[in-house]
Amino acid sequence: MSLSLSLNINGQMRAVDIDDPRITLLDLLRERLELTGAKKGCDRGQCGACTVLVDGKRINACLALAVTLDGAEITTIEGLAGEDGLHPVQAAFIHHDGFQCGFCTPGQIMSAVGLLAEGHAGDDPERVREQMSGNLCRCGAYRGITEAVLDAHRTLNATAREDAA
Amino acid sequence: MSLETPAPLTPYPRHGSNSGQPISRRDGELKVTGQATYAADNHPPGLLYAVTAVSSIARGRVAALDVAAAKAHPGVVEVITPANRPPLSHDPDVKLGMFGFRIEVLQDDKVRYANQPIALVLAESLEAAVEGAALLRPRYEVEPARTGLGNGDRYAPAAVGVGAPPRTAFGDLDAGFAAADQVIEAEFTTPAQFHNAMEPHAVVAQWDGDHLTLDMPNQALVMSREAYAAYFGVPGENVLIRSPFLGGGFGSKAILNGPQILAILAARHMRRPVKLVLSRAQMYGPVGHRGRTWQTLRLGVDGEGRLTAMHHHSLAATSSFEDFLEPAANASLHAYASPAILSQTEGLRLDIGTPGPMRAPGEASGSAALEVAMDEAALACGMDPLAFRLKNFAETEPGTGRPYSSNALRECYAEGAKAFGWAGRPLQPRQMRDKDGLLVGWGMGTALFPCPHFPAEARATLRADGTALVETAGVDMGQGAWTALAQIAAEALGLDPEQVEFRSGVSDLPDAGVAGGSGHTASAGLALHNAGQNVIARLAELAGADPASPLFGAGNIGVVAKGGRLHRRDDEGRSESYADILARTGQTELVGTGRMARDEEAVQAWAMYSHGAVFAEVKVDPDLGMVRATRLVGAFAAGRIINPKLVRSQYYGGMIWGVSFALQEAAIADPRTGRIMNADLAEYRIPVNADVPSLEAILVPEDDRYVNPLGVKGVGEIGITGTVGAIANAVWHATGVRVRRFPIQIEDLLGGG
Amino acid sequence: MNRFDYIRPASVAEAVAAATQPGSAYLAGGTNLVDLMKGGALRPDCLVDISRLPGLDRIEWLADGGLRIGALVRNADLAHDALVQARFPAVSEALLSGASAQLRNVATLGGNLLQQTRCPYFYDTASACNRRAPGSGCDALQGENRSHAVLGWSDHCIATHPSDLCVPLVALDAVIEVQGPQGSRGIPLETLHPLPGDTPHLETMLSPGELITAVRIPAEAIAVAGHARYLKVRERTSFAFALVSAAAGLELDGGVIRKARLALGGVAARPWRARVAEAALEGGPATAEAFARAAEAALADARPSGDNAFKIELARRILIRALQEALAGTPEQRPALPASPFAPPSGARHVA
Ligand SMILES: Cc1cc2nc3c(=O)[nH]c(=O)nc-3n(C[C@H](O)[C@H](O)[C@H](O)COP(=O)(O)OP(=O)(O)OC[C@H]3O[C@@H](n4cnc5c(N)ncnc54)[C@H](O)[C@@H]3O)c2cc1C
Ligand code: SF4
Ligand code: FES
Ligand code: FES
Repeated sequence: MSLSLSLNINGQMRAVDIDDPRITLLDLLRERLELTGAKKGCDRGQCGACTVLVDGKRINACLALAVTLDGAEITTIEGLAGEDGLHPVQAAFIHHDGFQCGFCTPGQIMSAVGLLAEGHAGDDPERVREQMSGNLCRCGAYRGITEAVLDAHRTLNATAREDAA
Repeated sequence: MSLETPAPLTPYPRHGSNSGQPISRRDGELKVTGQATYAADNHPPGLLYAVTAVSSIARGRVAALDVAAAKAHPGVVEVITPANRPPLSHDPDVKLGMFGFRIEVLQDDKVRYANQPIALVLAESLEAAVEGAALLRPRYEVEPARTGLGNGDRYAPAAVGVGAPPRTAFGDLDAGFAAADQVIEAEFTTPAQFHNAMEPHAVVAQWDGDHLTLDMPNQALVMSREAYAAYFGVPGENVLIRSPFLGGGFGSKAILNGPQILAILAARHMRRPVKLVLSRAQMYGPVGHRGRTWQTLRLGVDGEGRLTAMHHHSLAATSSFEDFLEPAANASLHAYASPAILSQTEGLRLDIGTPGPMRAPGEASGSAALEVAMDEAALACGMDPLAFRLKNFAETEPGTGRPYSSNALRECYAEGAKAFGWAGRPLQPRQMRDKDGLLVGWGMGTALFPCPHFPAEARATLRADGTALVETAGVDMGQGAWTALAQIAAEALGLDPEQVEFRSGVSDLPDAGVAGGSGHTASAGLALHNAGQNVIARLAELAGADPASPLFGAGNIGVVAKGGRLHRRDDEGRSESYADILARTGQTELVGTGRMARDEEAVQAWAMYSHGAVFAEVKVDPDLGMVRATRLVGAFAAGRIINPKLVRSQYYGGMIWGVSFALQEAAIADPRTGRIMNADLAEYRIPVNADVPSLEAILVPEDDRYVNPLGVKGVGEIGITGTVGAIANAVWHATGVRVRRFPIQIEDLLGGG
Repeated sequence: MNRFDYIRPASVAEAVAAATQPGSAYLAGGTNLVDLMKGGALRPDCLVDISRLPGLDRIEWLADGGLRIGALVRNADLAHDALVQARFPAVSEALLSGASAQLRNVATLGGNLLQQTRCPYFYDTASACNRRAPGSGCDALQGENRSHAVLGWSDHCIATHPSDLCVPLVALDAVIEVQGPQGSRGIPLETLHPLPGDTPHLETMLSPGELITAVRIPAEAIAVAGHARYLKVRERTSFAFALVSAAAGLELDGGVIRKARLALGGVAARPWRARVAEAALEGGPATAEAFARAAEAALADARPSGDNAFKIELARRILIRALQEALAGTPEQRPALPASPFAPPSGARHVA
């Protein structure tokens, strides 16, 4: 079986042929499209290391079959930084030491970007912690992660206010 | 800091300030953009995917495998079983060096534990390899599995941990207990725990003739290179291990394991690169774990609350074919002043994968028990837990009487208690509630970790433009070696970190030893420091001998290296830049080398530890038994701090491991089959972000002139010690229920409602 | 994972026709099905991708005031719908206490209802499991079963249904709309998951090919909106399945309970409507004694199925707590930690 998918990956339209319906989005990205930023920590939806945005929403790429995503818009960690440098979440993760080994980091960052877009946490650290709990970090960088998300929230709000003004 | 014993040896001169710059990680940008490459991110052309099939029984033999079904699956190209496994040059049932464990690489059809590799499937795609392995549908001849106290074989081990004696005694234990007014006795159990680094063990293996390149996460590059060379019968220099980033190690990536060797073997056999990544479930077996313990503590205390005797006995589980035993009982040897101390370990052989060192091996499980027993003893004496610990403060190393190279533990107690607000804590349990009616409890524990050093070497090269290249086969598994080691090297070279190119994480660089035992920064750091000093000395020699240099003749007076220039020590106004010295003497570069070196006499003369105190608040739902560690304050002293930002992160991480140990993680094996029923990351519960709402780590200053010339001690593991006990004690303080089985579970606390 | 055929039907009728073939399975969000396929517990020959079927992703308010939720509505979208939150706050809270934000963005309503048990022996293909392989036995019975059922189990299966969402839904008298080869029908959610008896492999009342198209919550259920909670005991502050959980909704008339809606999660192979407890409460005063009696009644038939006697007491206590919380009033703002006793709603209470 050969299946042709058209995917918008990090702003680029790509025609992707796959020969196997079993391929998950995560394995498609990592093993066939050379986008290895998203990580496989469990392959079962239990750790969040594979988090990417699909149509703007954070999801676990390891449980999504690639065939189901024809036409989708996918953003991975590789597509986050813009022309003008790091995304505020990325910069905040560095500043607050929101990682150690860095393996969970692409997932944490994509999850944080999703969280900020959802807009349900505000500046409440407890809500940030709860809503980031789908991303495990065995190194235990949670304090820095929470601070980074709150910091990025402030930065993005400030930018939004400036833009509005 | 006061030392009552006179210093037997001269202190090292102090290099650099006590606390370095909190600079952000130099690899930060790579990590936040997804550009940091971990082993499994490599994808050489022609790659084959390897997947191990694993055993679902814990003991017996594989009677049949449906190799034909696997091979018939589209994409599968080969199945390796004991029947066709190509030969290895080293017998896997023979130990190989210090961290060389006996491993399972399809040498026979025997099964020694659940999740042992029993075949390797190679395929053109990952999907096909995974399904191929599933299609093997093994049939077994099953023998009854030894899975616990009831059916395991007890034995007297020759050693515990990595070569420690199984029995250590100081003083007269009987006399100590005879002198006691009270004896507190308590039994503890700790479960099997798995490292579960977020990055699963992986390897991408490529052969070019008899040259082997391995992309793999590895905590001991050069040592492992030699071990792989032995397995494959090639010279060590033919093996290149690239491990620029590890997605966590915690001790599990220092020891060779079967699946990775099989993948390398398959790459040679197939003449193609092979990638193997363990599934999460497959990590519960062949790649080590923290072994179960059953511990008994007896503490004798006199009428004034002074310890008169300590007896710590531990029964520790290991596999049927290896000997690593969690050295839990040794945690009581050096923690508190007691005239008599006995630590003893027995072994219990089970049909499990071999345990190994896991973050704070021995200290974590041993101090968990000790710190709870100390709490019980404090209560028995009617004393505040902190006052009780201060009463039993060890002014010198218990047992040996050696002075401490430095010991700011009192300051840790004081600063931690102050920041936490410990004063006024009611002695009795169940005294505090929050505004919502949740029970509140406070507990504390002492944190302690030794300062092992490992042999390490480094090279420093000054370049014509005055910048430098420093090299050592170091390991960054998250602790921040890319940053902290570069900071140390830069300081030795008198350069800014930005002027120093740091090469590391590859096995063809000078041996940086093992990243373990919290000794990597000190060990590799010393080697880098010495390499830097060595090249500066050579540069000074060049300049001093050059009549055209302003430093001419400075030889005996000496020079100071800073800001990329050498300055005369007696007249810093007379200086010359590195680039100018090199240019005029016609050198394009200058190389220096260094190794980890300490004064061996000092090592013998001083007792060397990192210290700390952890204070925990928990809240417990009085009806539902749910526990949350709502506030943790740790105060730690670990000599000189190279980079406070990184060090804080290490402490936070360790403390979170403490939360996990106390309240969450445990592998649950079915006692009938020995199969772990929660071999995942959902039911094997490591903390999530919401589990640790408040963490604080205080860096207590400590100037150590004896531990090594850098004054650096270890910070990676100490955070977990002390924390486990602090939380367990806080749970007791909240509920009045003393739980001695880790992790503490809801059902343990329901009775107390 | 086995190889399978993949089809993406354009209409419900096509989907039903395709899924009626033996070996077929509906694929919605895939967060449960793909997981089970990875572990080998399920090996369907054909996946019928329903995720893009038109018209099943709507949240509609019916003329009679009831709610109709399309089967493909994502858990996150349902949880954050403002009106759902106002009128069925326990549904929203239960959803947000389940899984992770990433999973909730994908998981669908239908998939949540039909997710499989988390019994580890069901997942582990080397174990005997009557539910997965009829007649093979039940390795959980003498195995690691501290989280297994205490109500409605049999010697053939002691598994629990893991869904959080189903617990308030069943308390609210939700009805499933189903489309099958024989046409459409409605099934009370309470009867969707049969108790195991000696046929634990018959996991639902659906016939082959039947597709859940929507869930309806009747208008009467809105009456408890001002006094409704979902609470969940779990072994991590977040991202963990319920050991036990409870949904409670009260309709009060002064101090008297006019109507009580109670259900327990994590205790049985189905979301457990506690009707006897409701009856014990209705018409009486909302007091601590009444709540305790109701909890006794709810668990009167409970028996440990293994090493899990503590769950009976725990279920009583969470039911009492949920009742107390419901009595105090639905929190105006959703707690920071949904369904957690560690986020007691200290803020204002919402009055519907
Ligand atoms: C790590 C993890 C943690 C989780 N934690 C929780 C938790 O705490 N609480 C909780 O409640 N859940 C939890 N879940 C489960 C999660 O809620 C379910 O996986 C999800 O709701 C399933 O929805 P889906 O759309 O992805 O279903 P799918 O996986 O697509 O389908 C599940 C099943 O339903 C069938 N199906 C789906 N839709 C229909 C339909 N319309 N008609 C007929 N059949 C259909 C499928 O054939 C399949 O058998 C967790 C899951 C994971 C992976
Ligand atoms: S309890 Fe049910 S699901 Fe679990 S093993 Fe037994 S039959 Fe299977
Ligand atoms: S790899 Fe996808 S959640 Fe763990
Ligand atoms: S940084 Fe290592 S797992 Fe999160």
